[in-house]
Amino acid sequence: MPMNAQGRPSAAAAVERVDLATISGDRGLDHEEPLIFELGREGVTGVDIPEVQLSAARLDGQRRCAPIGLPGLSEPEVVRHYVRLSRMNYAIDAGLYPLGSCTMKHNPRLNEKMARLSGFGDIHPLQPQQTVQGALALISELMRWLTTLTGMPAVAMSPKAGAHGELCGLLTIRAALDARGENRTRILVPSSAHGTNPATAALAGFTVDEVPATDDGHVDADALEAKLDADVAAIMLTNPNTCGLFEPRIKELADAAHKIGGYFYCDGANFNAIAGRVRPGDLGVDAMHINLHKTFSTPHGGGGPGAGPVVLSAALAAYAPLPLLMHDGERLRLVEERGALPAGAKPFGRMCAFHGQMGMFVGAISYMLSHGADGIRQASEDAVLSANYILASLKDVVSAPFGDGPCMHEALFDDSFLQGSGVTTLDFAKAMIDEGYHPMTMYFPLVVHGAMLIEPTESESKESLDRFIHVMRGLAEEAKAAKRERFEGAPYYAPRRRLDETLAARKPVLRWRRRELPQAAE
Amino acid sequence: MRYLPLTPDDRASMLAKTGARDIDALFRDVPKSAVVARSAFDLPDTQGELAVERTLSCMASRNMAGGSVPFFCGAGAYKHHVPAAVDHLIQRSEFLTSYTPYQPEIAQGTLQYLFEFQTQVALLTGMEVANASLYDGSTATAEAVLMAQRLTRRPKAILSGGLHPHYAETVETLAALSGGVVRAPTAPGKAEDIASLIDRQTACVVVQSPDAFGLIRDLKPIAEAAHAKGALLIAVVTEVVSLGLIEPPGHQGADIVAAEGQSIGVGLNFGGPYVGLFATREKFIRQMPGRLSGETVDANGKRGFVLTLSTREQHIRREKATSNICTNSGLCCLAFTIHLSLLGEEGFVRLARANHGRACALADRLSRMKDVELVTPSFFNEFTLRLPKPAASVVDALADRHILAGVPAARLWPGDRDVRDLLIVAATETVSDEDCDVFVKALAEVL
Repeated sequence: MPMNAQGRPSAAAAVERVDLATISGDRGLDHEEPLIFELGREGVTGVDIPEVQLSAARLDGQRRCAPIGLPGLSEPEVVRHYVRLSRMNYAIDAGLYPLGSCTMKHNPRLNEKMARLSGFGDIHPLQPQQTVQGALALISELMRWLTTLTGMPAVAMSPKAGAHGELCGLLTIRAALDARGENRTRILVPSSAHGTNPATAALAGFTVDEVPATDDGHVDADALEAKLDADVAAIMLTNPNTCGLFEPRIKELADAAHKIGGYFYCDGANFNAIAGRVRPGDLGVDAMHINLHKTFSTPHGGGGPGAGPVVLSAALAAYAPLPLLMHDGERLRLVEERGALPAGAKPFGRMCAFHGQMGMFVGAISYMLSHGADGIRQASEDAVLSANYILASLKDVVSAPFGDGPCMHEALFDDSFLQGSGVTTLDFAKAMIDEGYHPMTMYFPLVVHGAMLIEPTESESKESLDRFIHVMRGLAEEAKAAKRERFEGAPYYAPRRRLDETLAARKPVLRWRRRELPQAAE
Repeated sequence: MRYLPLTPDDRASMLAKTGARDIDALFRDVPKSAVVARSAFDLPDTQGELAVERTLSCMASRNMAGGSVPFFCGAGAYKHHVPAAVDHLIQRSEFLTSYTPYQPEIAQGTLQYLFEFQTQVALLTGMEVANASLYDGSTATAEAVLMAQRLTRRPKAILSGGLHPHYAETVETLAALSGGVVRAPTAPGKAEDIASLIDRQTACVVVQSPDAFGLIRDLKPIAEAAHAKGALLIAVVTEVVSLGLIEPPGHQGADIVAAEGQSIGVGLNFGGPYVGLFATREKFIRQMPGRLSGETVDANGKRGFVLTLSTREQHIRREKATSNICTNSGLCCLAFTIHLSLLGEEGFVRLARANHGRACALADRLSRMKDVELVTPSFFNEFTLRLPKPAASVVDALADRHILAGVPAARLWPGDRDVRDLLIVAATETVSDEDCDVFVKALAEVL
């Protein structure tokens, strides 16, 4: 064995590979980590706050009697706990994250830095408006970008996420119909829609009338037109749709909806495919939410927060919810109440307290200014090109139901290439984890069997795409060769093996509870 | 364009692989008439980091940041000190740039902190279970009303006059579709008789404590009155730090607690993003909105966490879902969880005492001033004063002197002449003795 001058071995001895059970249960950099409630002890805190003697509390006899039950930890213990948890997560910063329709693109850190400027992050929503003119100017500038990019005259800024934006859009439509004295009950929604679309339509008090898809992955435009009548409040389409295809008859459908007195709601989740190139306003859209956390790259943060501003057509603009942002000469003014409305404004209500997701607004405008209108257009083109490159590079081995033509920013595959192999879409996805990738969106959209929806985004280099393609081709060949064990047991190389979701749902354990100590025998 | 890795050569060779003639060919389904040129957009071209930072810093500098002046604003958003470790940890790539944990094997970090968050929220509110967050306190309150309507199959929601008006308007906007919303009259500093409004059509009573004027409410008699008629009590908390000192709603008979979690870990952010807390009884979980992280085991028998009871949610149930929520407040949950873990029992209770002590001292000083009256006999860290003139003009005059003196009640109840002279003042641990001195002196000058 080679050794250095101190007698320390300087190369590893050849040892048979063993599956070593460690004493700690940890494996090198992979640490097991208990719950925070299983750590710590009483009387310790990670924040130094002076003890205050309350001479005369004004709590009206409502003083808390029982302890809360929180554990006590010092700052280093808390930091280590959450750093260890973080290392059990996949992230776009660490690797390609091809979740179709979720748009996991690079999140520039400049966005975060700007959102944390004290002039944005440390201002109160109800401090006097003359003390927040810069914040209102930023919102106004973001509104200008959103309306310009979409070719729409107005935008409601307060919705807090995509689904909240959908609700805002449908409530705007409801208000416009009410103003006309009409009580229309149905919303036409394609079967390929995101689950939020039918859920939102129901929440807004409409019934959902589902429209089938054609064999080529588009909404069945003829079936849709046949359903249009005086009871239809709106059509609700995603465009580009969830199969990753642009609806070529979109303008015709919008016109048909308008002809029967209805409106066209567009789900803007996939706006990132066309931003800077196509303006939804030109397609006849009346309302569309924009996911700032997708198209304009404020981060997803493990599930949120997002922001879902809704652009509105001239027909709907008057019904936008409070608050409204007005220009009084040089000064900007938030209108928060019905008593001070500008002429013509008929807001349907309020989506939430205060004025929307300022932190996301700052991130989005930082991203927009960085890219510029030219960069946004280039980003859309690169996103579409990258998806088509993946489609073209995989479709001979992974079945692509609509692979004859180009796709938009995401490529849809199904599970027919797995037929007879015994490998399912789920198994295939879990095997991708072992290869170091987050799986694509699976089993969605519902219109193809065992769907796999891949969205690479514009953030990947060609080398990164080529490596991904190489792995996907390799896995497809292994599956076809019926090497089932690498799929059925996958993932092998993750912080956890496959988890028992049935157990979790059948016996829900939704919080930690202190284990009762066994009673001492009398 | 620093965010785009593809070179012109890459684009050319990738295009060749697709077989398309040019990029326009990939957009062939887009009607030609709908494609616009760069010149259609009156927007600037790409800019470097330095230029963007300069533009945005200039906008930020035109705002009066809370930390730069004596600061007393509350009314649903509170300024607290957030330890440096919180923001550092939530900005770790693995938390900041991950998606909803749909692949649990590589998202245990997110799922475990959500499980910890759910437990913390349940403990603070005194409830049995909590979800993995909603957008904010106001939307959580609206969701709570819808849930109560589903559980009771009754249409009517009765809102306390002390409920934050933005919350009431949010509830009215959403719940008006599924039933009637009745708002009790506003009675600053008093506990209204809400029990007499409850009838057999009532799904729920919504009461905020401390209320929008800062008054601490006794929820027990309201819970008893609601339950006697088969209705539910929804308790709303906009200042969760109060739960370190006040009896939690779960111990007072609340069936659902909807709260704003911003005070713990999340900055003021001009109103968002915040984090909605939602807790209830175990028997109601199948009607709960929002995501839930649940404990289970993996194929090796190791403990792990997954999103569970998804059959309530939109991506499975579509139009029959309990809510349409998808994206929630994940990263703000994490900030909440880390901040509360740092505080622990000891720190959290001390924080609550520091807040209450600060508010008591300031209320005593201000209410000794000539023609200034304390309207709220009980309060936590926020109280209401009656001034001898309209509060909005006083707040403006003090803002000119670089003091953010609180929220005039007229900003929240604009049409109500009775509240015109009322000023809602919050004093948290961030308020110093010097801040109080400056406030008292300046107020005396402008009154």
